[in-house]
Amino acid sequence: MTFDWTPVWLTLKLAGLTTILLLLLGTPLAWWLARTPCRCREWVGALVALPLVLPPTVLGFYLLLMLSPTGPIGAATAALGLGTLAFTFPGLVLGSVLYSMPFVVQPVRNAFEAVGTRPMEVAASLRASPLRSFFTVALPLARPGLLTGAVLGFAHTVGEFGVVLMIGGNIPGETKVLSVAIYDHVESLEWTQAHWLAGGMLVFSFLVVVAMYRLERHLGRAAP
Amino acid sequence: MTLEIDLTLERPGGFRLAARFNAPSRGVTALFGGSGSGKTTVLRCVAGLERARGHCRVKGETWQDAGRFLPSHRRPIGYVFQEASLFPHLSVRANLEFGWRLVEPGGRRIVFDEAVELLGIGALLTRATARLSGGERQRVAIARALLTSPRLLLMDEPLSALDHASKEAIIPYLERVFDELGLPVLYVSHHPDEVARLADHMVLMEGGRVRASGEAADLMTRLDLPLARFDSASAFLDGQVAGHDDTFHLTYLDTNGGRFTVPREDLEIGKRARVQVHARDVSLSLTDHHDTSILNILPARVLDTQDLDPAQLIVRLGLEDGQNLLARITRRSGVALGLHEGMPLYAQIKGMALVG
Repeated sequence: MTFDWTPVWLTLKLAGLTTILLLLLGTPLAWWLARTPCRCREWVGALVALPLVLPPTVLGFYLLLMLSPTGPIGAATAALGLGTLAFTFPGLVLGSVLYSMPFVVQPVRNAFEAVGTRPMEVAASLRASPLRSFFTVALPLARPGLLTGAVLGFAHTVGEFGVVLMIGGNIPGETKVLSVAIYDHVESLEWTQAHWLAGGMLVFSFLVVVAMYRLERHLGRAAP
Repeated sequence: MTLEIDLTLERPGGFRLAARFNAPSRGVTALFGGSGSGKTTVLRCVAGLERARGHCRVKGETWQDAGRFLPSHRRPIGYVFQEASLFPHLSVRANLEFGWRLVEPGGRRIVFDEAVELLGIGALLTRATARLSGGERQRVAIARALLTSPRLLLMDEPLSALDHASKEAIIPYLERVFDELGLPVLYVSHHPDEVARLADHMVLMEGGRVRASGEAADLMTRLDLPLARFDSASAFLDGQVAGHDDTFHLTYLDTNGGRFTVPREDLEIGKRARVQVHARDVSLSLTDHHDTSILNILPARVLDTQDLDPAQLIVRLGLEDGQNLLARITRRSGVALGLHEGMPLYAQIKGMALVG
């Protein structure tokens, strides 16, 4: 038997890319949620948190509709000459970003709220523009939250199944990620293959959780 | 008068600020008042941390008026918060350099080493901020604010988070900063003693409004204002160190109104010094006694009096040089002496202390 590494690499690529995008998009969103006086804040916050309670298939179903050639996103990407994103790797990335969003935004938002307004006021009184204050004060002080968010976002994307199945299907090398591959192996009674993948996932997940706890303890101690 | 401030602000809770005052462009102006009087809010508005309506002009430069609002980071201020608020992710040196680096080299009027020396923090530079004591943290915060070469220093109760010993230890540093840099300071406080020691000018705040503003020593002794009615009501007199008596361990202080004798303090002769005289330590006499243990007896004139309670009254006295004293005596004594405005008499001071 030769072990097929393709789903593993594909999963790591998907999770890595999703985490990077989530940090880039989720951090400003978390900042806004932590700071805005706007009343719409709780509504936006609820929208971001929705994947926590929604069955992944529901999210996948609506995404599939929107990505289809007649859906709004599908029509837009087609008009841009990108084709439609359903059953493609970019489509999976989009789905994962939405699905894992709360796991990144929530810890980062909590961290920004814990930092409070005082350090930003101090920075302003020391001539730092709001943008400079954000990068040199708010971000470094929120580092524990950013790390937690990155780890959770990555791990959650690795474990995703329902959304992938709905919008990605099962195309080897393109959308067939780990969780789908395990499902596939079980369906076709390839127990050995399923064991290797599932066991690997188990060990990986355990290590992620241990790493998170240690990281939190370490940063908690380093904090003032 | 080159700090012109006129700010109004309404808060949802019903708090309304309407503060209008001028302050001199040199020396320390205390914003004094109880909690909720709006003194910190005024400071935050001057810093641009809160947006009030009105105007704010400093040394001819408009920071804010009807059509203009400079954001905080564009105002040449130094701000010292109640808690030192050092950046915990930076070392002491990096904290100091944070604002210093953001000022163009040509605009820096305070040399890095000078600020470090002025606040005595040279030995702390490489430390993590978490390893500093409260007093050390606040000294670093003051140096950090000074290193932005501010044209106005704003201090929000910088000593209130410190214990008594740290407070006493940091005041000499503050006095050095105020004396040597000569930049205007707005200093928020609710401690009369602190104000008296550090401030020249005072703005008395009450319920979001300015009740009075003027010379600190004058406002402290005005009978129509609450300070003279405090239990710890005091007058503060400025003089010059005239000499020391080594035999009896005393220091002489000359004012134009007379010479004071106080317990010896190691001060250079000729240096300006300020003494605090509590109203409760002053008694009045119609004649100049020499058969008494009281060393400090000065000719004075009654300016006005006011009842404090059914038993006591407070008397404001003018010394010959125009400085004021307060005396708290019983109403019975007042009647017995036949006190009236303009009456000459002698103030006997039982105890006084040099405060800086």
